[in-house]
Formats: sequence, C-alpha cells, structure tokens
Amino acid sequence: MSRATEDLNRRLLRARDAMDRAYAEPLDVPAIAAVAHISPAHFSRSFRVVFGETPHRYLQRRRVERAMFLLRETDRSVTDICFDVAFTSPGTFSRTFRAIVGETPSAYREGHGPIVAPHCVQLAAMRPRVAVGKTT
Amino acid sequence: MITRLNVATIYVLDKEEALDFYVNKLGLEKANDVRQGDYRWLTIRVPGQPGTEVSLEQPGPPLHDAATAAQLRELVTKGALGGLVFITDDARELYERLRERGVTDFTQEPTEHFYGTDMGIRDPFGNPIRILQQGKRAQTATA
Repeated sequence: MSRATEDLNRRLLRARDAMDRAYAEPLDVPAIAAVAHISPAHFSRSFRVVFGETPHRYLQRRRVERAMFLLRETDRSVTDICFDVAFTSPGTFSRTFRAIVGETPSAYREGHGPIVAPHCVQLAAMRPRVAVGKTT
Repeated sequence: MITRLNVATIYVLDKEEALDFYVNKLGLEKANDVRQGDYRWLTIRVPGQPGTEVSLEQPGPPLHDAATAAQLRELVTKGALGGLVFITDDARELYERLRERGVTDFTQEPTEHFYGTDMGIRDPFGNPIRILQQGKRAQTATA
C-alpha cells in the first residue's frame, strides 16, 4: 500500500469522525467531503471502497444509533429525538428507524432500558449493522 | 498472580512523529528509547506513573514482512485497530490545552456521562484515544 493510499485513508477517517461528532447538524455529503478535501463524487466512491458502505449510510446508521441511545436513556419525545439526531421529518425518521431496527421508535423504547457500558463502547458497538436507502 | 499491566503496544506510522504527538501534544513523557542497529524500542508513559508504558511500534522489518506491514498500516489509517484510554483529573481543561497545542482530530467533544466526562481524539495516524475524567455525575444523559 502506498503512502498516498494511507493519506487518503486517514482523510476519509477524519471525515467519518466528523459524522460521528456532528451527526446532530444538518450534514450532507458535500460538507463531509470537504473535511477530507475530496470532491463529493470521488469522496463517496472512495469512502465505500475503504469502509464498505457509502457515507450516506454511515451517517444514517450513526443517527439511528444516537436515536436508539436517546430512546433508552432519556424521556424525550420521539419527535424531539427525531430532530435531535438531525432528521428533518418525523415521518422519514420513523420509516428509516423501523426499516433499520425492525420496530418503531416507541416499540424500541418499550423494550429497551439503559445499557451499563461506557459511552464510547456503545458508540462503537451499538450502531445498527444494516442500512437502508440509496446506496450512493 | 499478575500484579500490573506493564507494557501495551500500539502501531504508529512514524516513531518520531508519534513521539511529538504523545509527548508534546498529549503531555505524556518518553520512557524507554533504546536503539540497536536500525531498530528503536520506544515507549511512553503517563508522567509520574512509571509502572505502565505504551510501546510505539512501527510496522515493518524485522517484525513484519512487507505485505504484513502494509496491511497494518492500512488498518491503522482506517482507524480499525484498538487504541488507548487515559484518565485525566479535568477533561474540559485538558480539552482546551489540547486545542491550544494544535490538536484538531477530536472524535468527540467532552461529554458528560453518569460515570464521568470523556472525550475522544485520534492520533496522527488514526489510532483512537479516549480520555476520561471519572466521577462527576451528570444530571441527564445527552447524546
């Protein structure tokens, strides 16, 4: 592997970190690509090659994971949590959540309580394994 | 019985750059720096904590063949390898110091949890580092 590939990996990782850090903001692919200093089209392609999924899907699963966390750990309403994790409509949020998690946000809350593990472990390990939606 | 963790190893892509980051940016101190031929055994530790050291190892000969070294370098830069967790007495104060020293790769700003306040950064190569201030109890959970 060349130094250029390592440098590209590192910049893509920096962009992925930006999604993990700023998922609550209205991020889109051009904004994330700018973190890596790569053109949006090249960014999505490279990201998928290196991390095995598109940046869109990575961010979507991070947002759903954060919503799952808030449903388990807080009393905030489903609508508030939808906007907390930067979904722009409750309908899209519920559909996406259900498609990924397999149940509605309310049903998930009913069935799950707080997890006694460090937050960083939850961030790393609790992100849903499947994604839905566009693949590019 | 085992009484202490003595040395743990992480892979870095450049020992000199790693030393600059872990000592001058993060505030750790150099422990062992032993050269034998072209091999350099380099470790760092928390100041005042001589019992536990982190060895900064560079993928390559004589430890690894070229293909294995390339795989390790790729995994490091993809952030796929394990990292380090440190304890601090003041996470927010340290966060400000790190920013002043030019650290920009935060994976998480200082965040309150029921077990304390922690933050995440990456070293220059992609290794994940968590820094935790234990014991402060947050009122409510936040994302």
